[in-house]
Amino acid sequence: MKADRLSNRGVETGALFARDRTWHPPALTPPYKTTVARSPQRAPVAFDNTLSEITGPTFGHEILGELDDDLTLNFARPGESAIGERIIVYGRVLDERGKGVPGLLVEVWQANAGGRYRHKRDGYLAPLDPNFGGCARTISGEDGGYAFRTVKPGPYPWPNGPNDWRPSHIHFSVFGHSFGQRLITQMYFEGDPLIWTCPIVRSIPDRAAIETLIAAYDAQATIPMDARAYKFDIVLRGRRSSLFENRPEGN
Amino acid sequence: MAQSLGRLRESPSQTAGPYVHIGLTPNFCGIEGVYPEDLGASMLNAKTKGERITVRMRAIDGTGTPLRDGLMEIWQADAAGLYNSPAETRGSADPNFTGWGRKAADMTTGECVFETIKPGRVPFPDGRLMAPHITVWIVARGINLGLHTRMYFGDEEEANAEDPILTRLEHHIRVPTLIASRAGDTYTFDIHLQGEKETIFFDS
Repeated sequence: MKADRLSNRGVETGALFARDRTWHPPALTPPYKTTVARSPQRAPVAFDNTLSEITGPTFGHEILGELDDDLTLNFARPGESAIGERIIVYGRVLDERGKGVPGLLVEVWQANAGGRYRHKRDGYLAPLDPNFGGCARTISGEDGGYAFRTVKPGPYPWPNGPNDWRPSHIHFSVFGHSFGQRLITQMYFEGDPLIWTCPIVRSIPDRAAIETLIAAYDAQATIPMDARAYKFDIVLRGRRSSLFENRPEGN
Repeated sequence: MAQSLGRLRESPSQTAGPYVHIGLTPNFCGIEGVYPEDLGASMLNAKTKGERITVRMRAIDGTGTPLRDGLMEIWQADAAGLYNSPAETRGSADPNFTGWGRKAADMTTGECVFETIKPGRVPFPDGRLMAPHITVWIVARGINLGLHTRMYFGDEEEANAEDPILTRLEHHIRVPTLIASRAGDTYTFDIHLQGEKETIFFDS
């Protein structure tokens, strides 16, 4: 048991680092209007992790289909593919200690190349692409690495201010090994001027934090005559080693 | 200057937005044929041990309106109080129970309905037993960082009265916001994001 806890690869059972809530967006950010009625007003109650937060579900490769990580093909008719700028999005899932985290489910969703979502609530006049659904998933490798193939999503207008536009973005949902690491965020694209005016992006107080959500264009990772590449690393909460913790029976 | 700890910072959260279904429950929103079924739709099978229950949850905004575009995930122990997780070191959980469920809110009522079992008690780090509970995680448009709360069971008064989390709350008057009421085999849990009955959310 102790050897397991000491190993980087064994199961770790230490509690998570406290979440820095000043780095995340606060619940209430009025320029993003929907937060006004949906933000808790009272302070969250803190406690150190129990087993309920340290444990978490795991997902095996048996859930994955062959095209699950390819948005250009996974909704397309045979022999066809989604319209748009073909890109690879790749990176690693790390924790705050800088360790790659293997075996994690990473799910993504996005608008099509014109900025339209395949969703009955999206009425933007840009057309649907009959070969584009908008979801994908994969499981991180031994070093925490993951990759998706997709088309670059378009920016789109949204009903917030009278003329607000979302920058091009891909939504990411990531599981850690602990349910307390659960995270949803968004990836933006290097060089997009809409990033700095978006009320959702600007819910994050610190510019340095926003920059960690901007994927870097990576010319070296480009696949010649096929797809350009963007690198996007995701960082989950780290965890304490359980070396010196006082753990009476029962844990 | 001292040595660098070499740490990274957690990626900042962003809202799941109104189209969270596309990524997490695509079949629910009509994107069929990509995944055979939505992940987390089913938590148990015929062999699962424990008392079958139905849990109906809603998240309600500050105007009293249920969120009809949100999504909830739950995480719980099995009937013996063991988690189906590699980090569970006390024993092997029921292999016929995943412990994890995911449901999009109903687009009319806002309800997330989970067919599950009543969890057993799990120890707190000091060894005392916590009351049976379900961890709840809520994401939606207008929620910048997923909300973490717990659902406790209204028919577990004795266990609730000695639960290490519930008993340490400074504002004990708010404990009822964490407790689901039972009618038959169904528990109903309304999560209020704001207002007089604002549910307790956790930072853990």
